[in-house]
Amino acid sequence: MLRYVLRRLLQMVPVLLWMTMITFMVMQLAPGDYFTNLQLNPQISRETLDRIRHTLGLDQPWYIQYVQWLWSIVRLDFGFSFAWQVPVAWLLGSRMVNTLLLSLTSMTAAWMLAIPLGIYAATRQYRPGDHLLTVLALIGISVPGFFAALLLLYVAFYTGWLPIGGMTSPNFDLLSPLGRVLDVTHHLVLPTIVLGVLSVAGLMRQLRGNMLDVLRQDYVRMARAKGLAERAVIYKHALRNALNPLVTIFGYELGGLLSGAALVEGVIGWPGLGQLTLEAVLKKDLYLIMGSVLMGGFMLQMGNLAGDIMLAYLDPRIRYE
Amino acid sequence: MVSPTPKRRQEPRPVVRGWRRSLTVLCRHRLAAAGAVIIMLLYASALFADPVAPYGPAFDDKEKFYHPPVYIRVMHEGRLQRPFVYNYVLADPGTRAYAEDRARPYPIRVLVRGDAYRYLGLIPSNLHLLGVDQPARLFLLGTDQFGRDAFTLLLFGGRISLTIGLVGEAITTVLGMLVGGIAGYYGGMLDNILMRVVELLQGFPSFYLFLFLSAIIPAGVSSGMRMMMIIAILSLIGWAGFARIIRGMVLSLREVEFVQAARALGLGDLRIIWRHVLPNTYSYIIVVISLTLPGYILGESGLSFFGLGVQDSWGNMLAKAQDLTVLTQYPWLLAPGVFILLTVLAFNTLGDGLRDALDPRAQSS
Repeated sequence: MLRYVLRRLLQMVPVLLWMTMITFMVMQLAPGDYFTNLQLNPQISRETLDRIRHTLGLDQPWYIQYVQWLWSIVRLDFGFSFAWQVPVAWLLGSRMVNTLLLSLTSMTAAWMLAIPLGIYAATRQYRPGDHLLTVLALIGISVPGFFAALLLLYVAFYTGWLPIGGMTSPNFDLLSPLGRVLDVTHHLVLPTIVLGVLSVAGLMRQLRGNMLDVLRQDYVRMARAKGLAERAVIYKHALRNALNPLVTIFGYELGGLLSGAALVEGVIGWPGLGQLTLEAVLKKDLYLIMGSVLMGGFMLQMGNLAGDIMLAYLDPRIRYE
Repeated sequence: MVSPTPKRRQEPRPVVRGWRRSLTVLCRHRLAAAGAVIIMLLYASALFADPVAPYGPAFDDKEKFYHPPVYIRVMHEGRLQRPFVYNYVLADPGTRAYAEDRARPYPIRVLVRGDAYRYLGLIPSNLHLLGVDQPARLFLLGTDQFGRDAFTLLLFGGRISLTIGLVGEAITTVLGMLVGGIAGYYGGMLDNILMRVVELLQGFPSFYLFLFLSAIIPAGVSSGMRMMMIIAILSLIGWAGFARIIRGMVLSLREVEFVQAARALGLGDLRIIWRHVLPNTYSYIIVVISLTLPGYILGESGLSFFGLGVQDSWGNMLAKAQDLTVLTQYPWLLAPGVFILLTVLAFNTLGDGLRDALDPRAQSS
């Protein structure tokens, strides 16, 4: 197992190299850079911009720049954000906390809702409750996240129950520690609904399908035949087996924790990584883009690995040599 | 050729597997049938956008920007009438609040003369399905900040959004089938290389790849060109997962008797792949197409929402509602989102039904 994990970690290196290289190439081959917009500013002369570009090495061919960037990454130096004028590492770190907070709450909400609903639907196949959930799930899968966010913002505005966007109230700094926690929680509700409820749909359908497959197995019939209570059959024999395929999804979601919600973050104005990346791309803030791609890719790979390890742990049939 | 594995007892799915039966199963599936009807209506409305829309795509009434959707009424001064609308006048210029001018009803006329257009660039006409006399306006879904009719724009925007999904999916499917078929059929070195390429594409968080590639489209290109590039980007990202699954299926079909027979008859490899192996994956492919097509529409609308996609597509139209004050005052600007949702929902229900109809496991139950 340890050898397998080590091998997977080693395999990650070329993938991350390729990802960052493609991103770097694409961003640098694209016309214009962050300073192109500054050229319109009459107060900054062309010479100044050229000098800045020269000091930053932006006038060199992209592959040389890439190697230089890689070398600084090896030394754990993520570079400087042009737009924010702060180190990329610091910026990513501060935004990562916000994104993690949002993703973890919505993921928890999604799983806590999806598992009971999935069981409910599977044990009542083709009855009204199941049909209702099927229809709701289809709608849930089909709603574009940014549209749901807009709709909820509209509802929040009219009811006044929830704050409209952002992560903190304007008077956040004046609040007591408990008040601050409550304030952030209050702001969390809306994005959690958007992100959580939308992913409930897919998870629930998946679990329902798995449960239905498992409930047809001989060992479930056996469990029923020997007179086990239906509760024990469902939760001890069926559910545990039906959850296995979901573990892979869980790992995948772990990987997407940092990059999954860019659009929703953008609409709601949640100061997270996704929003940061989105803005960085629009502004061509090169090192910030590179930093978030590197981190997003790393998390994706780690999440997949975590999923595979958990699966091997849970399912004795799976062996990694 | 030596067969590397013992012969499989289990037959692969036969080529013709009761299409008629599948069709009946599909029709019995009411949701799926409804989805199919909605999809057809949406595509038809996009195809016939010029005559169906009450106005032309270039039409604007600069006096009536942020006009709310009109009420279609049947009662005028207590008397029942054929459906009509009132003219709307600006009541409060500050908040752009409009009020009905109840003095005179303007009946909704069918097949009226309006803005001239050339249907599909060929047939000149000025006939519109519905319309009202001036100065009243038939703004079924209100107007935007330029006084353009949202319903008209939606129909024309559908041409963009719906085409992108369809063409992108078509390219993905052909590319995925070809690469998956070749990789699975030849195996060995070629398979290895192709699958590494697939893994490289899949290892990239797709939304980021999407974002970066669309960010490099030069600003100056025409909107048609831009649309083609967005389609190219979408298919470039999409084909990998598809190819991988096809490869798996082809791998197991490769050693089957009829493929070996085709080989013994001396048919060319590509012909065997395209005509004998891949048709066995069709039922699967159809399901996957209907379930992944919404992804293209969603992807494009997401990009367009943030100004990286195509001008005047549904997502781009929805971006007008991004500003909170605009959104809360003129909520009808959310209509494009409803259309995106409807399209995606229709494809998902159809895909769900198709899976039930074509999946051999589901047929037994």
